[in-house]
Amino acid sequence: MSGLIKSSLAKKYWMAATGLFLCLFLVGHLAGNLQLFIPGEEGKIQFNEYAKFMTTNPIVRVLSIVTFASVLFHVIDGIILTVANKKARPQNYAYSKPSKNSIWTSRNMGVLGTIILAFIITHLSNFWYKMKFGSLPVDSAGYTDLHGVVMEAFQSPIYVIIYVVSMVAIGFHLWHGFSSAFKTMGVSHKSYTPLIEKAGYAFSVIIPLGFALIPIYVFLTNS
Amino acid sequence: MNLTLKVWRQQNADSKGEMVTYKVSDITPDMSFLEMIDVLNEGILSGDIEDKQNYGPVAFDHDCREGICGMCSMYINGEPHGPGRAVTTCQLHMREFSDGETIYIEPWRAKAFPIIKDLVTDRSAFDRIIQAGGYVSVNTSGNTQDANALPIPKENADAAFDAATCIGCGACVAACKNSSAMLFTSAKVAQLSLLPQGEPEREKRVMDMVKQMDEEGFGNCTNTGACSVECPKEISLENIARMNREFLRANLTSSK
Ligand code: HEM
Ligand code: SF4
Ligand code: FES
Repeated sequence: MSGLIKSSLAKKYWMAATGLFLCLFLVGHLAGNLQLFIPGEEGKIQFNEYAKFMTTNPIVRVLSIVTFASVLFHVIDGIILTVANKKARPQNYAYSKPSKNSIWTSRNMGVLGTIILAFIITHLSNFWYKMKFGSLPVDSAGYTDLHGVVMEAFQSPIYVIIYVVSMVAIGFHLWHGFSSAFKTMGVSHKSYTPLIEKAGYAFSVIIPLGFALIPIYVFLTNS
Repeated sequence: MNLTLKVWRQQNADSKGEMVTYKVSDITPDMSFLEMIDVLNEGILSGDIEDKQNYGPVAFDHDCREGICGMCSMYINGEPHGPGRAVTTCQLHMREFSDGETIYIEPWRAKAFPIIKDLVTDRSAFDRIIQAGGYVSVNTSGNTQDANALPIPKENADAAFDAATCIGCGACVAACKNSSAMLFTSAKVAQLSLLPQGEPEREKRVMDMVKQMDEEGFGNCTNTGACSVECPKEISLENIARMNREFLRANLTSSK
């Protein structure tokens, strides 16, 4: 059993399990965010009502704690693995051509992860913190007006760029990460691994694209 | 062909090494890469090739020179065993290079493979991983059973054979950005876990071999796939997933 905590493979299992859970989270999060495409007062109230549900429903609260824990585990585990991997080659090659044998994203999961982490922190302080601890005005139906905060934030081209770039980073992270996580968990077979890989490529394009379209849409329609 | 070689020279394990430039000429396209190094060494010994710092002939590992022993470890132009696919350095031919080219030649680089001299590294970490579990225990009291007496599904026999073609060269570790030994270790685990003879020690084997692999200081796998691309025997990445599965299963079910 101790092999499931201390070994190199255990660290990988945790990385993959938390990574895949976060992929599920992304789906849920995007589904909710798509409501930001609904125009007018109706869209505003629907989104704010949804935001209230997301901060008060007990099941959602449990899920959000698991999400926070997953991010934390994934980040700490990622740092431990990356540091150990660097130590395993104290002296580098004078001349190396890794592009001949592997794709860029697979070799830069740590860099991409760091960009994502910086984004998560910015993102939480932009919206989550304000919703949870800020004093926001209410909309015409009496809900805390998170919708207004979102609309305001995405007036700024800088924010829009930060968001879009971060979604590109998530896309690259998952281009390799999605199917890699299945292999890490031992789920691999000639018959279905190519399908998982294709699904991973589709996921890593569609989900980040969905997220990225929101700030672009808000920016273009509100300014 | 005339070539410029940039070769890693290092007197011993403790000294600091450096890349040293040599000029070789009269290389024919049908020479193997090791024969080209032989020409270099003869030139250094005879004084025809300038060796300013007096390092002497380049030390390198080789034995069979036909792609089966796994000794000829060289990181050539940024890849283990050079630009060819499914070949070892001894099977790499000079026709892969062009006249006037500069070729970089370095040893495997990994903490677990310390340099002994020049291009020679100590790969006994692999031996210790094998010793930890890469075997089957058989009764040798005189009534040893014929291995072919046990029925084995064709698919398993094929997959086990493919895994067993690993020659322990270490190119997978050299190619991996994490210096991970997962491809090697997983090939050795898979080869035995697929066969009925390997069944009794199945759980213990994977647990002990992974433990040894970790203790040797290899890095962790990120599934980049570099190992499999550079492997002279084209060992499949599927073996790594199989080992991940075996290890999970062993830890959940073993009574140990
Ligand atoms: C939206 C958030 C994220 C998702 C959905 C996600 C997903 C994944 C997935 C599926 C993997 C593949 C696991 C495997 O190969 O077995 C992975 C690997 C990795 N992630 Fe993330 N990740 C996220 C955020 C982060 C963050 C914030 C970091 C910051 C440190 C990070 C660092 C890493 C690293 C270093 C790896 C590679 C580990 C390795 O195999 O060597 N990730 N991620
Ligand atoms: S898996 Fe391939 S590259 Fe690694 S030691 Fe075996 S033969 Fe060499
Ligand atoms: S010298 Fe034996 S494999 Fe190259």
